[in-house]
Amino acid sequence: MRMTITQTTHSLSRISFLSIILTLSFFIGVSQLRAQESDTSAIAAEQTQVPIANLGQITVTAADSPDDNGDRITVRWIDPGYRDLNGFTGYEIFRQSTTDGEFVLIGNAALVDTSFLDEKAPTGENFSYKISAVIGSQRQDSEASSPVSSVVQWFNWGKISVVIIGLLVCSAVIYFIETAKRGKKLFLRRIAGLEAIDEAVGRATEMGRPVLFVAGTQDMDDVQTLAGLTILGRVSRTIAQYDSQINMPCRSSLVMTAGREMIKEAYAMAGRPDAYSDDMVHYTTDEQFGFVAAVNGIMVREKPATCFYLGAFFAESLILAETGNSIDAIQIAGTAMPAQLPFFVAACDYTLIGEELFAASAYLSNEPKQLGSLKGQDLGKVVAMAAIVIGVIAVTASEAWQIDSMTWLADLLHRMFAIS
Amino acid sequence: MRRQVPLFIIICVGWVLLFSVFIPPMESWGEEASLFFDIIAVFAFFLGGGNLIRVHMMKVSRKSASWGYSVVTLVGFLMMLYVGLFKIGNPAGIGGSIDAKGSWFELMFTFVMSPLQSTMYSLLAFFVASASYRAFRAKNTEATILLLAAFVILLGRTPLGMVMTAWIPESFSIFQIPNMAIWIMNSPNLAGQRAIMIGIALGVISMSLRLLLGIERGYLGQEK
Repeated sequence: MRMTITQTTHSLSRISFLSIILTLSFFIGVSQLRAQESDTSAIAAEQTQVPIANLGQITVTAADSPDDNGDRITVRWIDPGYRDLNGFTGYEIFRQSTTDGEFVLIGNAALVDTSFLDEKAPTGENFSYKISAVIGSQRQDSEASSPVSSVVQWFNWGKISVVIIGLLVCSAVIYFIETAKRGKKLFLRRIAGLEAIDEAVGRATEMGRPVLFVAGTQDMDDVQTLAGLTILGRVSRTIAQYDSQINMPCRSSLVMTAGREMIKEAYAMAGRPDAYSDDMVHYTTDEQFGFVAAVNGIMVREKPATCFYLGAFFAESLILAETGNSIDAIQIAGTAMPAQLPFFVAACDYTLIGEELFAASAYLSNEPKQLGSLKGQDLGKVVAMAAIVIGVIAVTASEAWQIDSMTWLADLLHRMFAIS
Repeated sequence: MRRQVPLFIIICVGWVLLFSVFIPPMESWGEEASLFFDIIAVFAFFLGGGNLIRVHMMKVSRKSASWGYSVVTLVGFLMMLYVGLFKIGNPAGIGGSIDAKGSWFELMFTFVMSPLQSTMYSLLAFFVASASYRAFRAKNTEATILLLAAFVILLGRTPLGMVMTAWIPESFSIFQIPNMAIWIMNSPNLAGQRAIMIGIALGVISMSLRLLLGIERGYLGQEK
C-alpha cells in the first residue's frame, strides 16, 4: 500500500513538474508574442506621414515579356514612398491603346508588388501604361509609359538549360540503347521489390486469397500510372499462371479500361483466356477518400494476401498501407511522390523508391532496348553529382575568399539548375 | 492495328506536348491536346458509372457476401445522380446552378459527402501513430538514428524543446533543440529528398523518351 502511495506521489510530482514547465513555456511564448505585437505597432506608428505632394511621381516602364507567344507585356514601377503612407491599399494599373486613346483599368497590384503582367496584349498593338497609388480615397497617378507592343518569340530561351540537359540525357539514353542492341551486356542492380513479385503472388495462391492491385489514384495522363500499369502486366501474367485471383479497384474509368486490356492479354498469354473476367477490374469513384473507403472495405472484407500500390499517391498512401498491414498482407508499393515514400517505407514490405518505379518495366522485360535507357539515366546522375560538387566548391570559394570567377560559376550553375 | 493506332497517337501527342514547352507559339497546341484528354475522360466516366451499377447490381442479385454495402452504394449513386441531374429541390429550378445554396445536392454534399470524406482523412492521424511506432523501433543502427532524429524534431517543434535547452549560450545555439530540428530538416532531410527528386526527374525523362520512341509499350498490353 505504502509502495502504491509512494509511486502515485512520484507520478503526481512528475506530472506537476511537467505541467509547471509547460505553463512556463506557454507564458514565455505569450509574452514574446506580445512583445512582437508591440514592436509591430511601434513600426506602424513610425510609418511616414509625408504629404503626398512631396513624394514625386511614380516612374513606370513597360516592356515586351520575353519567351512568350507575343501576348504579354510586363509593367514595372518605382514607388518613391507612397507604399509607406498610412491608408495605402495598393496600385491600380491602367492601359491605353494607341488606337482608342483612353486609359482603362486592367488590374490591381498588391502593396509589395513592383510589377504587373498584362497577359491580354494582342501582338503588334501599341500600349501605354499608367499606375495609380491608392491612398484612402485619393489616387496618385504616374506619367504614362512609352508605347510598347508585344512580339512573338519562336523559342523560349529561358528554358535553354533544360534543353541542353535534356538533350544530354536523351543522347546518353539513345547511345546506351544502341549499345545494348549490339549485344553488350549491361549490369543492373537488383531491385528487391520487383524480385519479390513472384513470391508475393505465390503466397496469395497458397493462401487461396486474392491479390489487390492499385495503380495509383491519378488518371492515364500521369506517367506514374503508366509505370504502375506496365508492372500490372507482369503481375497479372504470374497470377494467371498460378491460377490465383486479382482485384483491381480503379479511381479512373480510363485506368479501368487499360487495366482490363492488360489483364485480359496476360490471361490469354498464359493460355487461360477463359479464366479472365471483366469484374477483376472495376471502377469505384473519382472522389479521393471515397476511393480510399472502397479499397479499405475490399481489404477488410476480402482480406487479400498481397497488395500492390504502384503509381501516384497522395494522403491516401498511409491509410491504404496501414489497412493492408492490419490484415497481414504482403505489400509492395512504389511511387514517385517524395512526401508519400516514408509512409510506404514504414508500412510496406517492399518499396520502389522514385526512379525504381520507372525502371520496373525495363527491369522486368529484360529487353536490351529498355535496359539501355536505364544506363543512360546513370549518366544524368553523374552530371547531377558533378554539378553539385562543383557548385558547392564554387559557392564556398566565392563566400570565403570572394573569388570572382567562382561567383560567376556559382551564378551560372544556379541559373542552369534553378527551377523557375 | 490495335496497338499501332494508339501508339501513333501517343507518339504524336507526346512530341506536340514536348515542343509546346519550348516553342511559345505552340503553347496552345499543348493546351488543346490536354483538352482532348479531358473530353475523352468525360466520355469514359459513363463507362465507369455503368460498370459501377453493373458490378453492384450483380452482387445484390446474387446475394454475394456483404451485398448490403452494394445496396448502399447503388442508392447513394442513383440518388445523387437523380438530384443533381434534375436539380431536385433547387431554389433556382432546373436552370439554376447545380450547387446553388439550399439545393438538395448542396445539402447532400455538405452534410453527407464532406463529413464522410473528413472521417476518412482523419483516420490518417491514427495510422501515422501506428506506422511511426513500427518505423521508430530501434532494431538496428539506422532505425536508432531515425528514432533520435524524429525525437529531436518532435521536441524542437514544441515549447518544451525550447525551454529544455534555452540555457545553452548563444555561441552554441546550434545545440538548442529547435535549431537542431531546423538543421535536421534543412540539411540531411532536404539533401536526401533532393537526391530522390533528381532520381525521379531522370526516371521520368528516361521513361518519357521510351514512350516517345515507342520502345515502352507495356501499358498497351503485352506483345504476343
